[in-house]
Amino acid sequence: MKPAAFDYHVPAEVDEAVDLLGELGDEAKVLAGGQSLVPMLALRLAVFDHLVDLRGLAGLRGIEERDGRLWIGARTTQAEIGRSPHVAEAAPLLTRATPLIGHFQIRNRGTIGGSLAHADTAAEYPAVALALDAEIEARSPSGTRTIPATGFFTDIYTTDLAPDELLTGISFPVRGERCGHAIEEFARRRGDFAVAGTAVAVELDESSRVRRCAIAVLGLGPTPCRVTRAEDELTGAAVADIEPQEVGRLAMAELDAIPADLHGSAGYRRRIGVTVTARAWRRAAEEAAR
Amino acid sequence: MTDIEIRMTVNGRPRRGRVQPRLTLADFLREHLRLTGTHLGCEHGVCGACTIMVDGDAVRACLMFAVQADGAEITTIEGIAGPDGELSPVQAAFREHHGLQCGFCTPGLVISATAFLRDHPDATDDQISEALSGNLCRCTGYQGILKAVRAAAEGGTS
Repeated sequence: MKPAAFDYHVPAEVDEAVDLLGELGDEAKVLAGGQSLVPMLALRLAVFDHLVDLRGLAGLRGIEERDGRLWIGARTTQAEIGRSPHVAEAAPLLTRATPLIGHFQIRNRGTIGGSLAHADTAAEYPAVALALDAEIEARSPSGTRTIPATGFFTDIYTTDLAPDELLTGISFPVRGERCGHAIEEFARRRGDFAVAGTAVAVELDESSRVRRCAIAVLGLGPTPCRVTRAEDELTGAAVADIEPQEVGRLAMAELDAIPADLHGSAGYRRRIGVTVTARAWRRAAEEAAR
Repeated sequence: MTDIEIRMTVNGRPRRGRVQPRLTLADFLREHLRLTGTHLGCEHGVCGACTIMVDGDAVRACLMFAVQADGAEITTIEGIAGPDGELSPVQAAFREHHGLQCGFCTPGLVISATAFLRDHPDATDDQISEALSGNLCRCTGYQGILKAVRAAAEGGTS
């Protein structure tokens, strides 16, 4: 199918972009890489009178250190993130998650900002943002604010962004000592959205106890989410005493809205969830202990 | 809904057009420029038949609007062979190794393989499979395609 007609805007400045969004409200949608939005428009699952393309906003593209954190501009493509040595050093979980996104042709256009703002529950970057306690920067006509990733994903395909807010960048804490990261997922075919997946970040203290851990699951509810009860239970435990399969069971035990669709029942997803969580935990814990 | 004036370079030739913003780049190439080698299968980014290069990167032409390609440099399947019509190494390998049957998916596969081998000349079989996973073929069972791409990689050029 062909998308419905719309007016096309290419603002040259971020201020101009947010003013436009403020003026047009719900009738406008931001266009970044278009790898999720364009199919939705083509299938007419979504119709907008105006698209505001970010291609003119050079300042929203880049990977750099800012205030001791890794900053990535919203328009930075997944391909750029995947091949960046800076990202691999500062936030290796992002590097590991990137090849799981679609296919390389999709990653050449798809952006990190688009991935977060689209907020597909089965997407990889939202889960990584949750696991790493990323912060999301948004600009609106009334100013700039920072949203913790843990408060960003509010419902199915829905974020905390207001209609006149533009996601401009995302920042990650730089990986510390004795930290391990892993992402594992299961998809029926390479490049498909995952049936379920888990991103894990673990930090150990000097006596190899869990100082901090974050377990973010994807495809297992209306939004990607952290399983905080499991995290609390694991924090402080000696990493050698933690059975990965038990981590998977703990994590799944607190999920109460696992979806069922033609790719699998809720029970099937739960079993996949246990397995991918166990695998991710094992790899992350091994890396942290090295 | 205002039409927009666009310019781009397609297979080395400057082209221009006046388009509705909703026109995809694939439709612009096929219907305005009559470059019908770029095929459209699903029109929502799944099948890979419409893969082209935009500023050197392999992308889905159905997932871009023509207006987004204003100023870009585009290579389509029509721009892959040499100036005298000599097949590129990837094209020649597809012919040699039976990498096609009906041919519908072939332009997208040739573009994907060409871009991929340029960036990964020493690709392993696994990497080749992964790189081709974004292009669907309903005839061949993929074995001839994999063989062709491996042969093109071993040929040392793409």
